[in-house]
Amino acid sequence: MDIEILSRLQFAGTIMFHYIFPPLSIGLGLLMVIFEGMWLKTGHAIWEATARFWTKVFALNFALGVATGIVMEFEFGTNWAVYSRFVGDVFGSALAAEGIFAFFLESGFLAVLVFGWDRVSRKVHFLSTTMVFFGSMFSAVWIVIANSWQQTPAGSTIRAMLDENGNPLIIDGVPQVRAEIADFWALVFNPSSMDRLSHVLIAAFITGAFFVMSVSCYYLIRKRHTEFAKRCITIAVPIAALFSLLALLTGHDQAKTISVTQPAKLAAFEGHFDSGPGDLYLWGWPDAETGEVKYGVKIPGMLSFLVHGDFDDPIVGLDMFHEDDIPPIWLPFQVYHLMIGCGMFFIALSCLSLFFLWRRTLFEKRWLLLIWVPSIVLPFIANEAGWIAAEVGRQPWIVYPTLTAEAREMLAEQRPLPRLDHDNEEIVALRGLRTTEGLSDAVKAEQVLWSILMFGGIYILLFVLWLFVLNSKIHHGPDEVAEPTARREKGAKFFDVATEYTDPSGGRFAELSDEPGNVEEPNGGPA
Amino acid sequence: MSYDILTVIWFFLLGVLLIGYAILDGFDLGVGIIHPFVAKDDRQRRITMNSIGPLWDGNEVWLVTFGGALFAAFPNAYATVFSGFYSAFMLLLFALIFRAVSLEFRSKVHHRFWRIVWDWSFFGASGVAALLFGVAGGNLIAGLAINEGGDYTGTMMHQLWSPTAGPYPLVVGLITVALFAMHGGIYLYLKTEGELQERAHKAMWTLFGVFLTLYIFATMYTLQAVPNATRNFEAHPWLWIVPVLNVLAITNIPRALHLGRPLYAFLSSCATIAALATLFAAAIFPNFVVSTTDATNSVNIWNARSSEKTLGIMLIIALIGIPCVLSYTVAIYWTFRGKVTLDHSSY
Repeated sequence: MDIEILSRLQFAGTIMFHYIFPPLSIGLGLLMVIFEGMWLKTGHAIWEATARFWTKVFALNFALGVATGIVMEFEFGTNWAVYSRFVGDVFGSALAAEGIFAFFLESGFLAVLVFGWDRVSRKVHFLSTTMVFFGSMFSAVWIVIANSWQQTPAGSTIRAMLDENGNPLIIDGVPQVRAEIADFWALVFNPSSMDRLSHVLIAAFITGAFFVMSVSCYYLIRKRHTEFAKRCITIAVPIAALFSLLALLTGHDQAKTISVTQPAKLAAFEGHFDSGPGDLYLWGWPDAETGEVKYGVKIPGMLSFLVHGDFDDPIVGLDMFHEDDIPPIWLPFQVYHLMIGCGMFFIALSCLSLFFLWRRTLFEKRWLLLIWVPSIVLPFIANEAGWIAAEVGRQPWIVYPTLTAEAREMLAEQRPLPRLDHDNEEIVALRGLRTTEGLSDAVKAEQVLWSILMFGGIYILLFVLWLFVLNSKIHHGPDEVAEPTARREKGAKFFDVATEYTDPSGGRFAELSDEPGNVEEPNGGPA
Repeated sequence: MSYDILTVIWFFLLGVLLIGYAILDGFDLGVGIIHPFVAKDDRQRRITMNSIGPLWDGNEVWLVTFGGALFAAFPNAYATVFSGFYSAFMLLLFALIFRAVSLEFRSKVHHRFWRIVWDWSFFGASGVAALLFGVAGGNLIAGLAINEGGDYTGTMMHQLWSPTAGPYPLVVGLITVALFAMHGGIYLYLKTEGELQERAHKAMWTLFGVFLTLYIFATMYTLQAVPNATRNFEAHPWLWIVPVLNVLAITNIPRALHLGRPLYAFLSSCATIAALATLFAAAIFPNFVVSTTDATNSVNIWNARSSEKTLGIMLIIALIGIPCVLSYTVAIYWTFRGKVTLDHSSY
């Protein structure tokens, strides 16, 4: 098999498996900070049990994130050596910052978070939880900045690579060049980084909130740990609703950005083959052969309206690009629409739940709780789908070329662009790097094949074990609290409500004492 | 500050990261290597695992940061080494994954077979990782077949049995395993009590003997068969102070053990690792990879470095970050000081 396909498959497989874990860590981190903050504020034992339970789940997830994350850092060099030489100078600062500010922070304080409950004071423990949360967000910051630079390069220039005597490096008559940093802050705030970063973090918060909702609703339906579940739900529902709406907003901003920076990508997302007013498809089956979307349902002109605020404004189609510069169409189209579909469902489900929470009837809406339980898979699917759309939509480039003002003008006038060659300075302002050009020359296809097979086997095993251990942790549940005194604190208005929600019939905590199944051994053995 | 000085500073900082990683994850890997032999029942195995429980993850970050810093400061060296060691590094990744998940999964299920599987996976993963680190180091000292594009042209077998230096990489791999095992043994001696501590004590002496034998053998091998390794020492005789300090650190280990001062012995073994890593850096400077086919193809700090601007920005980031990292690393080791005890948050 072709080494390019194999290397791409391996990178896609390992990054997608890795990306199961970080969004959950970040999202759960936010909720853990809130839960533990509640414990610090109110001193209620139930909040302590809540914080401790989610910490155990978090620790398992975090360990898998670390174990699969180190693979990613290695793979840049092992499989994509030419790419590494090309981008190293630009990625340098971001990676250094990620290692020093994010990884050390999160892994250091993780020790206190997981193992330090009895070794440090409550405040120090709360600080550690907060630091782990910040650390996990910082890692997202730098890696998304680096990835965004690949999509929309800024703050960099192309320079000749030098040998040890300072002369230009020429191999087989070809002068070697690489991207070098010109302006650090322009790199950090490149055209797509902030939109994409906020979208990624928001998606992570949705994932965390949906995870907490899924487990809590399961408990509530099974009438186990009901006090715990109600408190978790009361906090998670507003978070889910808020961030589901924000995801729509940041997603919309991104679409507007890529209509300028990566028009071919937007055209692939929407199956927009011919330039002209853009339609918004709800679903469909784009056929690159015939250049049309089959079996589709569309809102005519809606894409133009969303991007330019006018139903008749033309959108650049795939016909403006040379065939060598067009990304795959079917896959980005489908995953992009899948992501949006998930996003719309998140808004509907969380806003409806928020309404019932406000009306204080959510806990009796068994059908709604039942929907929440399996819904946890959807944020994971949306996360993966969004990234597939972003990365496959960037093809055939590993580092996207930047168009000149003249090239943009040509697009605006609907004049097709020639092939985006490196030396065509009239249309390419900053040269890109094609994915085919980025591979390691020292590596052979069979080496990649066996590593794919190994990764495949190991990751399937890990995934099954992860589900198994996660499942047993969820079945074990939080440690029960002996005296759930609902003591009121001044100023804790919102969370007073959380406490009041327990049981409308007045028999607060009744379920806890009435159910023998709830009595669990304290600290039931090793976690 | 000139570009060349910045470049040398980054070579030095990479050395610091490497030493930090080798010392810190060295004892984690060492504990993994010796634990089936010193910990006899389930409780003792849990104690050995929990002796590194809160720390191994933070220790592995030194490797991640080393990799990131190499990528950033010397992208050409990162590309050459990582693509050249493709199969070895894939194995290393699998080992590191298994090490992590063995720790995480082992105590989650009360079943004899489950725990035995993860015990041996923990042992195997730790041993393979230590061996591969050593093999990679041995190859960098002995040199690799690198073409003018900076790409490795040999096979994987050549990385175990070098065409120019014979089984030298394998010898360096074994010495790394013995070194980490000894280091881990001393660490366990420090962190445990009773029967487990006694067995760690015995293991320490045995491993010290193994390490010393290999060390003497490897030194002779290096002087005889690996001319690359001594090049810098001939040009700069003052560098001999490094191996002298190295020998002093090694001899201090049995002295401290004999005096019954385990912390002192542990610090000596840290010093031994630091001295060996420094020796490695002094031997290869200014090269990362010496080409055995044509010396002009060697990847060194001058043709692998990033631009002056990147090295400068990274130095600023490092200067802001390092004091923070050191302060909370110390705070965390302080929090988890003393003998290992098992509680409900343990593995």
